[in-house]
Amino acid sequence: MKHMKPFHWLAIVLVLGALTLSGCKTEHRFVKKTAFKDMDKIVITFAGPVDEAWATNTANYSVYEEPDPDIVLTPKEATLSPDRTKVTLTFPEALNTGEAHILSMTDILSEGKHLGPALLTVKKLYLGVLFTLLLGAALINNFVFTKYIGLCVFFGTSQKRSTAIGMGITFTIVIVFAAMMAWALYQFVLKPFQLTFLNIVVFIGLVSLSVQGVDTILRKVNPMLFKAFGVYLVLVIANCIAIAVPLMLADNEYNAWESLMLALGAGVGFLIALFLMACAREKLELANVPPTFKGLPIAFVTAGLFALAFLGFSGMSIY
Amino acid sequence: MAATTKSNKQLVLDGVLKENPIFRLALSMCPAVGISTSVMNGILLGIAVLFVQVFSSCTISIIRHYIHPRIRIPTYTLTIATWVTVIDLVLSAYFPVAYKAMGIFVKLIVAFAIITMRLEMFACKNTLEKSFWDGLGMGLGFMFGMVTLGFVRELLGSGTLLGHDILGFRPLLFFILPSAGFFVVGLMMGLFNWVDVVYSRRKEG
Repeated sequence: MKHMKPFHWLAIVLVLGALTLSGCKTEHRFVKKTAFKDMDKIVITFAGPVDEAWATNTANYSVYEEPDPDIVLTPKEATLSPDRTKVTLTFPEALNTGEAHILSMTDILSEGKHLGPALLTVKKLYLGVLFTLLLGAALINNFVFTKYIGLCVFFGTSQKRSTAIGMGITFTIVIVFAAMMAWALYQFVLKPFQLTFLNIVVFIGLVSLSVQGVDTILRKVNPMLFKAFGVYLVLVIANCIAIAVPLMLADNEYNAWESLMLALGAGVGFLIALFLMACAREKLELANVPPTFKGLPIAFVTAGLFALAFLGFSGMSIY
Repeated sequence: MAATTKSNKQLVLDGVLKENPIFRLALSMCPAVGISTSVMNGILLGIAVLFVQVFSSCTISIIRHYIHPRIRIPTYTLTIATWVTVIDLVLSAYFPVAYKAMGIFVKLIVAFAIITMRLEMFACKNTLEKSFWDGLGMGLGFMFGMVTLGFVRELLGSGTLLGHDILGFRPLLFFILPSAGFFVVGLMMGLFNWVDVVYSRRKEG
């Protein structure tokens, strides 16, 4: 990081800024902002006061989800704020806030002036969606404790804290690497040529390939690091999460950023799970466990308790 | 391990009991915890694993003289992936409901350590016939483990078996909850260990 020039930072800030701004673009000069509120409301902020009779008439608004324009959602109620610049549309059913919605309004009336009809996009901030995905993969839908994937490696490498951290970090690096390659291959080769039935074969090959790639690069670039983490690399192939992430991002048609977040979340989630489990198992070594439960059986029961605790994250939504 | 001298029957029995993949070798735990909530899931995933294990074992056994030792692991992986693709497509076409319940686990058979291990330890050194029986034993052992877990969880959790009401009430609703998979597997492993200890003690004394 110390070789990073200031303009690198500037570029990063610009990219992040562009991502943030792209979340709230509107296409009418009189409309300042559109946003979702709760699960069933859309709030439109105007640049100036609008006429009450026009604003509270629900027939003036129509909304549909971007992918299917045929299904028109009509608001059941439209309320105007006291300063007459904010309209809140309430819908009879919860909106699918993960999708962008197209909102069209008839001729906007403001102080007796006609400002023309408007066609607006309502969507969540993209960074928020990405953050939700990251946190979802790491905590809410933790692969180990709520999806029960990757247990073999999980129980194999959670005996000591140092091993757990080494495995977790190695796994995160490899999974990010593999997921990005899987995304590119899926979007640009498998899908255009309709070879999606080859998903499993291609992705497992890809995971082995990225493990081999990280192995070779690490060996040359940083032999010290390789000494510390090299032994865990082989185990990554045996980890079901490494193959589950590419399959999931192909199934859900995630784009590059979303794939990156899913992979990162999966890696961090696995690291968290491993570390927690290793802490508990180090203490278990000292406990007086019945002989028939020594080793794996008691580890499973402990993991069950963790899984119950992680159940507390379910249904949580950040954004 | 050189070419085996065990009889076919012994190979199958070993796979089911002495080297049971779930309870003794503690491999392929993900589905054992994740979807062992009913007997039906156990049977279907068991069939899928049995199919993949037997066919991969046979394939590797046939071509074992032509595989260069250095690329043996990638060869195993690709062989397994091919057969997993086959069973994945077949299940999604003929059993769409059950396939949905099993979710991603059918595709994850490709990463099961048990199958690769059997190819590495057995199929690449033995004849087609022996490999077939070994694969059958391992597959049946996995199925036995899954069905046992499914039996316990379904009977105690929802009081049913294969969807038929048996008990009429739910003794331990907790068992059907997803996170209880860990507890049930842990307890079953403990039970297997205990039986083992008692059995060997009786043999001695």
